[in-house]
Amino acid sequence: MSAVPTPLGKDLLGLEPLTGEQITLILDTAEPFKEISERAIKKVPTLRGATIVNLFFEASTRTRISFEFAEKRLSADTVNVASSGSSVQKGETLVDTARNLEAMRIDMVVIRHGASGAAQFLAERIESNVINAGDGTHEHPTQGLLDLLTLRDHFGKIAGLKVCIVGDVLHSRVARSNLWGLKKLGAEVGVCGPRSLLPNAIDDLDVVVFEHIEDAIGWADALNILRLQLERMTAGYIPSLREYNRVFGVSRERLDRAERNVLILHPGPMNRGVEIDSDVADGPFSVILDQVTNGVAVRMAVLYLLSGGKPELAEAAKGGGSR
Amino acid sequence: MSRATLLRGGRIVDPSQDLDAVADLLIEEGKVAAVGVRVDIGTRDDVDVVDCARLVVSPGFIDVHCHLREPGREDVETIASGARAAAAGGFTAVCAMPNTNPVTDNQAAVGFIVRQATRAGAARVYPIGAISVGQLGEALAEIGEMVGAGAVAVSDDGKPVASAHLMRTALEYARTFGIPVADHCEEPTLAKGGAMNEGVVSARLGLKGIPSEAEEIMAIRDILLARRTGGHVHLCHMSTRGSVELIRWGKERDIAVTAEVCPHHISLTEDEVEGYETNAKMNPPLRTASDVEALQQAVRDGTIDVIATDHAPHHYDEKEREFADAPNGIVGFETALAVNVTWLVARGIIDVPMLVEKMSCAPARVFKLPGGSLRRGALADVTVFDPDAEWVVEPTRFRSKGRNTPYAGKRLRGRVHLTFVDGRVIHRLSE
Repeated sequence: MSAVPTPLGKDLLGLEPLTGEQITLILDTAEPFKEISERAIKKVPTLRGATIVNLFFEASTRTRISFEFAEKRLSADTVNVASSGSSVQKGETLVDTARNLEAMRIDMVVIRHGASGAAQFLAERIESNVINAGDGTHEHPTQGLLDLLTLRDHFGKIAGLKVCIVGDVLHSRVARSNLWGLKKLGAEVGVCGPRSLLPNAIDDLDVVVFEHIEDAIGWADALNILRLQLERMTAGYIPSLREYNRVFGVSRERLDRAERNVLILHPGPMNRGVEIDSDVADGPFSVILDQVTNGVAVRMAVLYLLSGGKPELAEAAKGGGSR
Repeated sequence: MSRATLLRGGRIVDPSQDLDAVADLLIEEGKVAAVGVRVDIGTRDDVDVVDCARLVVSPGFIDVHCHLREPGREDVETIASGARAAAAGGFTAVCAMPNTNPVTDNQAAVGFIVRQATRAGAARVYPIGAISVGQLGEALAEIGEMVGAGAVAVSDDGKPVASAHLMRTALEYARTFGIPVADHCEEPTLAKGGAMNEGVVSARLGLKGIPSEAEEIMAIRDILLARRTGGHVHLCHMSTRGSVELIRWGKERDIAVTAEVCPHHISLTEDEVEGYETNAKMNPPLRTASDVEALQQAVRDGTIDVIATDHAPHHYDEKEREFADAPNGIVGFETALAVNVTWLVARGIIDVPMLVEKMSCAPARVFKLPGGSLRRGALADVTVFDPDAEWVVEPTRFRSKGRNTPYAGKRLRGRVHLTFVDGRVIHRLSE
């Protein structure tokens, strides 16, 4: 299966290496897959016989479950490997783990790893398709794709949108995947957060930098609010969560002051009362749960395309037709 | 009586006597016996004549900065394998950094390296002792005894001396013994966790960056401490444009500061890290094109005194892993000449005499080592190289046990043909 040339190449490592056309193709392919999850029997035989390993070296709930649902709804055989209790805990290197998986003749690996570049490292050493489910502070491409799909659902297009990424851009793989994905589809990208949590070279990344969250809200059509990791405080990047909320937190009050409605995205898990207030997260312009729903469809699309599925047959594939 | 060697018709380049001419050089009894346009050996039959036409004959290269891993990591390099690799790179003497296991921080450990080097019988190996006991940055090591046992400098290389007080004390104390303090400039709290240069590439790759200032803050701190103490600070592996300006500032004020640059920092940029290439991971990291350009000019204008390799072999397995977890460093002996020729000489930034100055004469002067000259009566430590020969770097052919190099597969110019120590051939190019 892995030998089949696909419109995405062998792997999905990030959105930076993709073209706008490839990204649009994934989003378009996701459309017919959305409907499968609405059925009573949420299963099609598209990936029957394919073996997929979900290799999670970092704790993850929603991404892992989302991938697993996507795989199962396409009828793939899946195995989950978590870092605790695995050979990784016994000191096995990533390259040995990869070779052992390869020796079991698997078709795809979905990898989440704490080191930037880990997915590429794996992809260069095995023939199976590799899907990056988040590598360190590098990229989280399927999250970027589901954010794009959610924006497109709401606005009907991405080109020309103004989207501001709010928070810890420095340490965020979600931020990077969004940045590349949005720009490749013609959106304008802003970032807003404490300078200590923005890359020093942010000005070279061709984005609009907002010092004040009020300005970002006034500018943006949508905010993608990043999770603030609690350890950023202990590591000295910000003084306190309380002050972070006061200066950069997205509140109902701040949104109300804007002239137009701003769509609210968050990759989760949320720290309510820190980067986002509850009445925003649960408010009328929040699409946070739509993101989660779209996550399954986007991942089905990626699995389908990397397995050699024809984009034009995606509609048929969901019905179980030939591929 | 041992046989003599006549190097016939080479381009003899020896900046120590301002010599650059096609001539003969006679080696006898381990010494340079004669240099002349035509050295007549009459009917002597105890002389091996080597045709050196179109080759450069220079005083042997001296590397003031390398890691030979013995004792502790003999699987990665030994003093013997390192000394042979050095010879293959045209080095007749190298200075071994003390970050061994156990640390080379006492006279017995220094003596061990001297003995192993003698046994190896390849390039000379001069030990560098640690500044602090265990390289822990706390108590001063017994520098006097280490010098007595053969140490030629002190350094905590691999680790910065975080305490300004300890660095001050080391500079003061080392003056008594007339040795430089070789300084690994890295402000540890700024560099902590960093894996590459901080900039747009690190931002894109999601790798923690090491800002230029981590080096520059320590460089200026220790230049100022050298001014305060009168001690000789030798700044290792300078990598930034800012450092060049700071060194220049110090030299203009006659502060006892010397500086080295590594071949990789005058040739490669942070772009080499793309694709998470662990053979492009070293400390200090590869920087930007602007830094490379500044360092090249600093070699030319004398701000940088010495080119040193920072030869740092690692096991294949250790580099074959996630970028952030891979160790820093690359092997350097066997590519140093070619990298310097390719990026400095072939591009017209420096000429061959300047190259020999940076790789031989200046290192001897700065570290007060024998060698660095082909005057009559000098030690016959000689390197013969072809400055025009092109070759492709094949790490599997290295004499070093290390294969970790970003130059693998690259076509470079400049090749070592012969290396002599004490008039004895320790390396001969074999095709």
